[in-house]
Amino acid sequence: MSVNPAQSQKQSFDLLITGVGGQGAILASDIIGKAAVAAKLPVRAAETHGMAQRGGSVENHIRVGTEFGSMIPKKGADLLLALEPMEAVRYLGYLKDGGVIIINTEPVVPVSVTSGLAKYPEVSKILKTLARKYDVKAFNAEELALEAGNRLAMNVVLVGAVSNYLPIPSDILLECVKKLVPPKTVKVNVKAFELGRAKVKENSELS
Amino acid sequence: MKTREYMLGNVAIARGLLEGGVQVVSGYPGTPSSEIVDTLAARKERDYHVEWSVNEKVAMEVAVGAAWAGVRSAVTMKHVGLNVAADPFMTLSYSGVKGGMVIIVADDPSCHSSQNEQDTRRYAQFALVPCFDPSTPQEAKDMLPYAFEFSEKFETAVIFRPTTRISHGKSDIELGNLPVEKKPTSFEKLPDRWVMLPKNARKNHSRILAAQPGIEEALAKAPWNSLEIKEGSNFGVIGAGIASVYAKEALEELGLKSSFLKIGAYPLPKKLVYKLLENVEAVLVFEELEPFVEEQVKIIAQEKGLPVKIFGKMDGTVLREGELNVSSFLKALGKVFDLPETSKSGAELEGAEEAAAAEAEIQQLELAPRPPALCAGCSHRATFYSMKKVFGKEAIYPSDIGCYTLGIQNGTVDTTLCMGGSISVASGLYHAGEKRPICCSIGDSTFFHTGVNSLLNAIYNKANITVTILDNRITGMTGHQPNPGMGRTATGEPTVEVSLAELCKAMGVKSLSVVDPYDPPALQEAFRAAKAFDGVSVVIAKQPCVISAKRAGIRRAPYHIEADKCEGCKQCVKFGCPAIEFDEEKKVARINSLCSGCGVCAKLCHFDAISEGKQ
Repeated sequence: MSVNPAQSQKQSFDLLITGVGGQGAILASDIIGKAAVAAKLPVRAAETHGMAQRGGSVENHIRVGTEFGSMIPKKGADLLLALEPMEAVRYLGYLKDGGVIIINTEPVVPVSVTSGLAKYPEVSKILKTLARKYDVKAFNAEELALEAGNRLAMNVVLVGAVSNYLPIPSDILLECVKKLVPPKTVKVNVKAFELGRAKVKENSELS
Repeated sequence: MKTREYMLGNVAIARGLLEGGVQVVSGYPGTPSSEIVDTLAARKERDYHVEWSVNEKVAMEVAVGAAWAGVRSAVTMKHVGLNVAADPFMTLSYSGVKGGMVIIVADDPSCHSSQNEQDTRRYAQFALVPCFDPSTPQEAKDMLPYAFEFSEKFETAVIFRPTTRISHGKSDIELGNLPVEKKPTSFEKLPDRWVMLPKNARKNHSRILAAQPGIEEALAKAPWNSLEIKEGSNFGVIGAGIASVYAKEALEELGLKSSFLKIGAYPLPKKLVYKLLENVEAVLVFEELEPFVEEQVKIIAQEKGLPVKIFGKMDGTVLREGELNVSSFLKALGKVFDLPETSKSGAELEGAEEAAAAEAEIQQLELAPRPPALCAGCSHRATFYSMKKVFGKEAIYPSDIGCYTLGIQNGTVDTTLCMGGSISVASGLYHAGEKRPICCSIGDSTFFHTGVNSLLNAIYNKANITVTILDNRITGMTGHQPNPGMGRTATGEPTVEVSLAELCKAMGVKSLSVVDPYDPPALQEAFRAAKAFDGVSVVIAKQPCVISAKRAGIRRAPYHIEADKCEGCKQCVKFGCPAIEFDEEKKVARINSLCSGCGVCAKLCHFDAISEGKQ
């Protein structure tokens, strides 16, 4: 008996979204999932629910173009979308070497830090370290969301940013943004999406 | 063309129940099962009854009644819920059903939101009840109409066992048709079946044992169990449920030729296992949780005298604890074929040294832990604060199952065993002769679930303990389901609002107070009175969950800290609210945007530095 590991035949685009419970990771992943279906691509996703989500660290797996399971294998993700800088580092094991990381640089400070039990690593140091091994696109998505009209649209700014890489047409993604955000916020979110999309497109040397 | 929709596994399961013509659905919330009833209850057009029952045992009995009336029923719960419902379940297998009945029990490998990782397939085998083990959300939906028909054909309830990654996975789902006709209701008096007197129990035990070969034969032909023999390969994989998908992905990625037996329904189709074993020299069994299939494969190999090498959890090839994935299958394959552990990255990259150095630098980044925590403004934190203030570090704090188990961070959770267990464990501690004060905590929904029995027992047997009911007017952690204390049903209809205070009084509680935990002095006064009382005292800390309050439209102005008044004593920081931060440079505390305006911190500040409204 012998194994001949062939070259990887992976068909799917695997995206990991990480962040903190309450930042809107599930909405971001729903926009991408629904858009994939609208683009007639098979899609699988996995989410964090229950006790694990109460203000804790969350991870959402999205696999566009797979008929297999929802969990991205170790070192299998093509792209890591981090809604929070420290949460980018926590899940690096899923990202392939040299993979793309899109990071919102605005930290959410955990209680372990506010209560003085732990220290938050310097964001600039996180970005510099990650850039040694990965293709890092970092910017303050919360500021862009504010520019669009509401800082809560931060997750949609990042969906716009990641739209540059997804195998889904951006107009389909934008349609799903319009369908899934609260009706009163459509205008703000459309702008947020466009700002995020332009941010990554215009400048590949973000830091 | 068929409609495809992107949906959560549990929503797909709810859809499967509808496609199967379900008429009565009951359940008790429990991650990862809760969204099934939530989805069915939220539908505006309903031609079925759906309810949140007070506990899993009760829920199962409701579904049994419906199935005995001849209609199709389903009951939902998490894996540990079946322990609560085990009494009706174990005898239901003898009685069987008339209308189809599906018992949905969601397992939680890796305890994402659970106190253990028991395997429901063991219960199915224990009770001689067939069990369906879906591998994808699509298959889960498609299995359910089949499961109803199967249940009716063999007159037995069936278990349907999704795992967390099925229930909380999302997928594009191809929808099927909804049935037009439903089963007529007609309860038939069949004492031989519905009255389990010893003489009937003996007869029915024989009846169900005799039915097993027919059930196994039918399941061997079911689409959920399938065998593919690969010519020219002497290696085979048996993948059960969701684990079969991980195994298939890994095999495809490797390009490894292997025979494959996919298991999706039990009792295990021995015929298919035997056929696979005849064709291979070695087999790897890959399944979530217990080595349930593996044990039976070993028995079959021994019975047939086949010298096949069987790898799995029993020999340590696959880890018996935690959750499986593609990587764990690859690791297991490496052990089977005795391969060195390789990473397909590092060495292949140019500049492997630089990669290694970069990796080392990443490993050195020290991350601050971010465990789940009680929300900003959560009333439980306020209750725990006052509780600890009065009872002190010395006291013993038995607690229960809910968001408030996170009170372990506040030092007021010393034990958590099972739903409703806090009060009985507290009684046991007291009767063992423990002289320290004992103050337990239990949520409103958990109290209605099984806490009522425990309190009754504590009073009857003269325990000397304080019981704190954390009445946040909702079943919080599982996603805000209503309970009997709220005056509305699962579907939002108004109903009786059961009073916790009256219920306690009716059971003979002599020391009782109902207090708002956002008022620490009042709550501490109540705790002092409860502590001084000789016997069972009850403190009901009543304040709606901040999340449901916000959803209900309650808006409170956030608070702020005046920097010039703040002395940097950290009294408010120690309260542990995620909305309160400490500025190490300026040595003052400040309130961030998470503040929900509960105002408790303002009452704790010694310097009057915290006040309502934005700065």
